[in-house]
Amino acid sequence: MTAAMMELQGVAALPDVSGALWLTDHGALVVADLHFEKGSAYAMRGVMLPPYDTAATLARLAAVVARHAPKAIIALGDSFHDRAGGARMGEADRAALGALQSGRDWIWISGNHDPEPPQGLGGVCMAQLTLGPLTLRHEPQAGAAPGEIAGHLHPCARVASRAGSLRRRCFASDGSRCVLPAFGAFAGGLNVRDAAFAPLFPNATPLAHVLGRGRVYPVPMSACLTD
Amino acid sequence: MTRAPNSLPDPFRSWFAARGWRPRAHQLALLKLAQKGESALLVAPTGAGKTLAGFLPSLIDLAGRDDARGEGLHTLYISPLKALAVDVARNLETPVRDMGLGLRVETRTGDTSPSKRQRQRRDPPQILLTTPEQLALLLASADAERLFATVQRVVLDELHAVVASKRGDMLALGLARLRKLAPQMTMVGLSATVRDLDELRRWLAPQRGAREMAELVVAAPGAPPAIAMLDTRERLPWSGHGASHAIGEIYERIKAARMTLVFVNTRAQAEATFQQLWHVNEDALPIALHHGSLDAGQRRRVEEAMAAGRLKAVVCTSTLDLGVDWGDVDLVINIGAPKGASRLLQRIGRANHRLDESSQALLVPANRFEALECTAAIEAAAEGAQDTPPARTGSLDVLCQHVLGMACAAPFLSDELYEEITCAEPYARLAREDFDDAVTFVATGGYALQSYDRFAKIRRLQDGRWRIANAKIAQSYRMNVGAIVESDMLKVRLVRGAPKPAGGAAPYTGRVTRGGRVLGEIEEYFLETLAPGDTFLFGGEVLALQGIVENEAHVSRARSDTPKVPSYAGGKFPLSTYLAARVRKLLASPEAWGALPEQVADWLRLQKEKSLLPPPGELLVETFARGGRHYLVAYPFEGRLAHQTLGMLLTRRMERMGLKPLGFVASEYALAVWSLGDVGTRAQKALFSMGDLFAQDMLGDDLEEWLQESALMKRTFRTCAIISGLIERRFPGKQKTGRQVTISTDLVYDVLRRHQPDHILLRAARDDAMTGLLDLERLAQMLARVQGRIIHKHLERISPLAVPIMLEIGREPVYGEAQDDILAQAAGLLVDEAMGG
Repeated sequence: MTAAMMELQGVAALPDVSGALWLTDHGALVVADLHFEKGSAYAMRGVMLPPYDTAATLARLAAVVARHAPKAIIALGDSFHDRAGGARMGEADRAALGALQSGRDWIWISGNHDPEPPQGLGGVCMAQLTLGPLTLRHEPQAGAAPGEIAGHLHPCARVASRAGSLRRRCFASDGSRCVLPAFGAFAGGLNVRDAAFAPLFPNATPLAHVLGRGRVYPVPMSACLTD
Repeated sequence: MTRAPNSLPDPFRSWFAARGWRPRAHQLALLKLAQKGESALLVAPTGAGKTLAGFLPSLIDLAGRDDARGEGLHTLYISPLKALAVDVARNLETPVRDMGLGLRVETRTGDTSPSKRQRQRRDPPQILLTTPEQLALLLASADAERLFATVQRVVLDELHAVVASKRGDMLALGLARLRKLAPQMTMVGLSATVRDLDELRRWLAPQRGAREMAELVVAAPGAPPAIAMLDTRERLPWSGHGASHAIGEIYERIKAARMTLVFVNTRAQAEATFQQLWHVNEDALPIALHHGSLDAGQRRRVEEAMAAGRLKAVVCTSTLDLGVDWGDVDLVINIGAPKGASRLLQRIGRANHRLDESSQALLVPANRFEALECTAAIEAAAEGAQDTPPARTGSLDVLCQHVLGMACAAPFLSDELYEEITCAEPYARLAREDFDDAVTFVATGGYALQSYDRFAKIRRLQDGRWRIANAKIAQSYRMNVGAIVESDMLKVRLVRGAPKPAGGAAPYTGRVTRGGRVLGEIEEYFLETLAPGDTFLFGGEVLALQGIVENEAHVSRARSDTPKVPSYAGGKFPLSTYLAARVRKLLASPEAWGALPEQVADWLRLQKEKSLLPPPGELLVETFARGGRHYLVAYPFEGRLAHQTLGMLLTRRMERMGLKPLGFVASEYALAVWSLGDVGTRAQKALFSMGDLFAQDMLGDDLEEWLQESALMKRTFRTCAIISGLIERRFPGKQKTGRQVTISTDLVYDVLRRHQPDHILLRAARDDAMTGLLDLERLAQMLARVQGRIIHKHLERISPLAVPIMLEIGREPVYGEAQDDILAQAAGLLVDEAMGG
């Protein structure tokens, strides 16, 4: 694979085309904002989105897990769309999640959508996790020490050329911090040119690692368009 | 009520006489049918007193009643345009007042105040003028039964324009319910001349087994219109959509006429033409602009000025196509090709509402192919020929919306509602399974995985009737009713030009100052193609985009005269099938070229010499090399949408054949594909056949594969998702900042397609794609037509016929497997940066 490797505080990090971050040295796969059961959360309010989002997200996760065979999987918060999401998860999806957890560590980092640990769904819950020089948490913090890996913002980039423009999910990183794209099937995106990103990357020129069909393309964030 | 058929009761007779009028034959015929309790279709040209004919039976019936005011709603008039409803109300006031009929005539549109709407439901007028959306809303209310029980008559205006759309489906379903609430009522449909009258007649009659039809009344035709094509003194452009070459000549005609309507096909063309006219407007003639994106207040000012005769000309889009009588227009100029014979006749009908005088019209082709199309359209108009509207099957998303509406009105039994719905012509052939799917969809989304039962929006009672789960469901239905989904629109607000930030980088959103006047609205998808700083035409001015803040586009006046981005949206209407066939025939008949401008005939002669002219029914495919690339140009004449789809599918197939296609561009008339592989030589050496390349089976797997990712298909799906009620409409002001909170229907489409490909909404989207943005039906017909009839011509160089489409390259969006290329290009910026660029 020709994808550009990132280095975060000296740790090799591969932005996978699926939207997961593969920390080779630690054998850890990081995914953010899975938003399991977003469909059923809407259905509760009368908006009958297809109930297949959890299955679709798990299937994509299974594919990337098969590629890298990680020792640990870290879900970076907002793994469930709401507090009751874990309880609504169907039998088949529970089984699929269990299969992914089997034989490896699974860590739920808590997020604003799912501040409490999911009941009866395995794994270990944490507010944040330190891996060597890296700190993994849900919401990026302006002024955080270098080496932060976070989610929450659902970064996506809009890239244009004469042939038209594309809006795709992306990693946002300046080499000292990385914000992961949302992994959930129904999770939307926030443009990296939104004001929310500016305070996170005050110094260096950040890159948007844009998810293409077969690989990840690093594009200077300043070359991305606003919505 | 028996009266002599050729007379009117007093005071109507004296009212006609006082104005020097005599009732026309079709007015009396319609009256007689109404009095016999028959529904009817009235076909009449503009200016034939169509509206009065429609209302005369109601007015006479009401005049004969002692206390009409106490008897509730008598006549319901439904028009596709709220402006038309307001206009007709004004026109009805005259006879009602003059004859002292003492009736209340009221309108009810989206603009009617809540208090007036409430009063209308409690104490309805005798005649209510409204729109299909308002009818749906009223029928979904608990008052519907009481309100409509007294209705005697329904008048449907501009019926030909309504039936061919999802709004038509919605109206047909509403009328099916109305028939049940008021079995005594009769209907009259008012229509311009169309080709398939029987379809409209069935539309007006309940479909129960036998294909019943309403009666037909045809008014005498008016004087034939005088249509000419501008044979410009200037050089007729090879390509493009504007009329800048002929603007001086257009200005002269405007000067000579009393009042001119200048029709164009898109808003962008309206903007450009208006700007060009002002450049040459040495006499400072009052010329105005009118299109759907402009601020409503500004549009109304233009309409009033027109009605008062204060304007010399109005440049407009199809917003002025339909019957509103805006004033004393004596000349219609149509810029660009008319696209369809029927549309042309209707636009021309806007000039001169007096039947006995010929309407004057001038067609101004924007390019050489359009000169062919204009000639074909003039010939068709002279014969009174009409386009065949594509036969319509009621759409499933509208059905879903209606089912919910009916549940909001009162609990229903499936069997009864199914029977009622199949009385509507568009749904006469609706399968019971499709109906049941719609009901299940409304209840729980209709998913194979039945996990939403506890969240159901409608539930089955013990007696089998379906009722809504709670009152909030009805509220949400009311917010989302309607069969039109506008593209997401952004307000265009004028702000002071923002200072250029240091370093030349585009400003972050949020930094632009607020305030300033709203100029109108513009489609979000157009703005998505612009970068801050790009200039474009809007409201007759060149504007520069400053940035997008929430749901507003902030713009400033640009100093430049020439906008950087030439247009948004190409031709809005595709070339009609009928006109396309005529154009192909004209192309193949040199003896008929006398009707063409000399420079166009010369061009075709040159084509005959250098390549060939395809006989009708054959498809010409030319290949040639140019600048290191190999081009394939085909001339199907099937309209841009069908050509775009063809281009997508052709390039996929060429990819597999190893021809390395790079991209394509589509116009109304032709399609050009360029590739690294030498298509022409390889075809000549019989390494593959053109027949295989254009084989019908491209509509199989290739299509399926492409539909998975087609942006057009996703846009189609989004429309179905909104109309069906799966997701809610977005309202200006309601939406929050930060798009991560809104649901992307693209994501829903991806997931649904993989997990339940036969879901009712995917079927609805697929049906739409057949005729809508993908125009698959037309493409399928074309591919079938040209089987074994492809003429391949391998050329040394570009042919004269290929010049227009080749010029479109770089002006029109280029398609193809270039998506990841965009990303790769953008990533290339990194390299430039590293090299010190």
